[in-house]
Amino acid sequence: MSAPPSYRSIVGEGIWSNNQMLVALLGLCPLLATTTSATNGLGMGLATTAVIACSNGTVSLVRNLVRPEIRIPVFVLVIASFVTLVELIMQAYFYEMYLVLGLFISLIVVNCMIIGRAEAFASKNRVDRALVDGLAVGLGATLVLTTLGALREFVAQGTIFYQADLLLGEAAKGLTISLGEDYQGALIAILPPGAFIGLGLMIALKNSIDKLVKGLKAAPKPAPAAPAPSVETAAT
Amino acid sequence: MKSTIVSSPHVPRINRVDQIMLQVLLALVPGIAAMTWFFGWGVLINVVLAVTFAVTAEAAVMVLRGRPPLVAVGDLSAVVTAVLFAIAVPPTLPWWLTLLGILFAIVLVKQLYGGMGYNPFNPAMAAYVFLLISYPVAMTTWLAPSMLAEHSFSFMESLRAILTGVLPPGLDWDGVSSATPLDEMRGKLDLDMTIAEIRQSPLWGSFGGRGWEWVGNWFLLGGLYLLWRRVITWHIPVSMLTGLLVCAGIFWVLDPQTHPFPAFHLFSGAAILGAFFIATDPVTACTTKRGQVIFGALIGVAVYVIRSWGGYPDAVAFAVLLMNIAAPTIDYYTQPRVFGHGGERG
Repeated sequence: MSAPPSYRSIVGEGIWSNNQMLVALLGLCPLLATTTSATNGLGMGLATTAVIACSNGTVSLVRNLVRPEIRIPVFVLVIASFVTLVELIMQAYFYEMYLVLGLFISLIVVNCMIIGRAEAFASKNRVDRALVDGLAVGLGATLVLTTLGALREFVAQGTIFYQADLLLGEAAKGLTISLGEDYQGALIAILPPGAFIGLGLMIALKNSIDKLVKGLKAAPKPAPAAPAPSVETAAT
Repeated sequence: MKSTIVSSPHVPRINRVDQIMLQVLLALVPGIAAMTWFFGWGVLINVVLAVTFAVTAEAAVMVLRGRPPLVAVGDLSAVVTAVLFAIAVPPTLPWWLTLLGILFAIVLVKQLYGGMGYNPFNPAMAAYVFLLISYPVAMTTWLAPSMLAEHSFSFMESLRAILTGVLPPGLDWDGVSSATPLDEMRGKLDLDMTIAEIRQSPLWGSFGGRGWEWVGNWFLLGGLYLLWRRVITWHIPVSMLTGLLVCAGIFWVLDPQTHPFPAFHLFSGAAILGAFFIATDPVTACTTKRGQVIFGALIGVAVYVIRSWGGYPDAVAFAVLLMNIAAPTIDYYTQPRVFGHGGERG
């Protein structure tokens, strides 16, 4: 066994350098389906974070008891239990949000990101590290979901965090940013193609930020991120 | 070097991108002239706006990519994309929608995939579909053709409508716009009217919508010119129109009261324009001859299916995009046999 990863590297990988959605492209089903607004994205992200942190911790606890042959069914059982918990909690306290996200909450069970972390990390590391990893990965996913949701919502409706009070309570009404009633948005952004285009642009943006950070000169091959800003300004 | 002796006529075949694109632009002239005649100056204004935006966008992206911008602009492919887009959209489309569509076509659909020769989808049609889905009202507000219109737009009135959305005094959009023939046919058929009843309306000419039917003819002229100059081959246009006509013919023979006659499908919407100018895009179509026949025929069938049962009245853009996706697969299965290899007898 190699040395266990440091907390710092776990957090860095989960949130940025190995972001499960932008780099590993896991969990695309909720990413594409529920990010029609920033609020939905945030709700989905928080639900996913709760599940992944709990399941990572539990899987790590039982990692020495479970025989490898049956580990996948055990992981799925663990994840399904936590998803049911989250679903019931949402039904009890965020009913409107639950109605919006609906089916996709239950579908967290089959989110390959979560079972991927259970298999790749939690089943091989101590509880504390597994918990931190779950939180970091969940936070990374939440960031992506919220950003993509905000992007799509903004292009299509000219608002950000519309109906944020469904998730965060009355106080969050002030969060809503709006361009005004007569904004004519591009409907395509909240339709499925908009999710793919938005995700593509976000991956391109992340790659170009990484490139900037590394201080590398732009490669001779096309830098796909470059035109992205012009599209966004045009669309708004 | 030994020179080869060829017999007359000594006309070199066109094989440079900019020359091909120039021929396509030339071939579009009669159709654009006819559209301007029937739908007013807006068509020309849109063409000019779209070309300006497209050339600027193309050059800007090339600069960002660190490539020489003049080479990309000089091959005229962006201009052709812009012109095809401009004649596909309504003649009074607000300028910012033209800008949005062109940016989508040039930046997202063309340049992000690597530019000229690499884009899997037809940029003009992708932009058209993008706008149609995003701004359905603006994209379906067509002016009535000139012989049916109560008010013919002057140049300045068209320009004002495009730039500011303000119509001449006393007019509103409901008054100047009119359903396209495909729209009209579809809407009335949905109301259980028969073809004979529908065609009593003054909207209809001898075989298509009045005004609209002739636009198709002028594009056909341009298409034949392209065939004559061998810029395109017969495979895609003929197979696409055949596919459309066969489908339309079968249903028309079965029940002529609820299915429009085949010529209506041919001369309505963008069928002819699509067959000669859009489906034949060398980048996004199939490259093998057999593949092109399949590609074209499937577009024709898809056009009929979407027109008859789809959510939108016209279908050429959707059909072309669908078959763009299929083109690599079709090419894969229709590769010509290398002489001496493979084949039935080994």
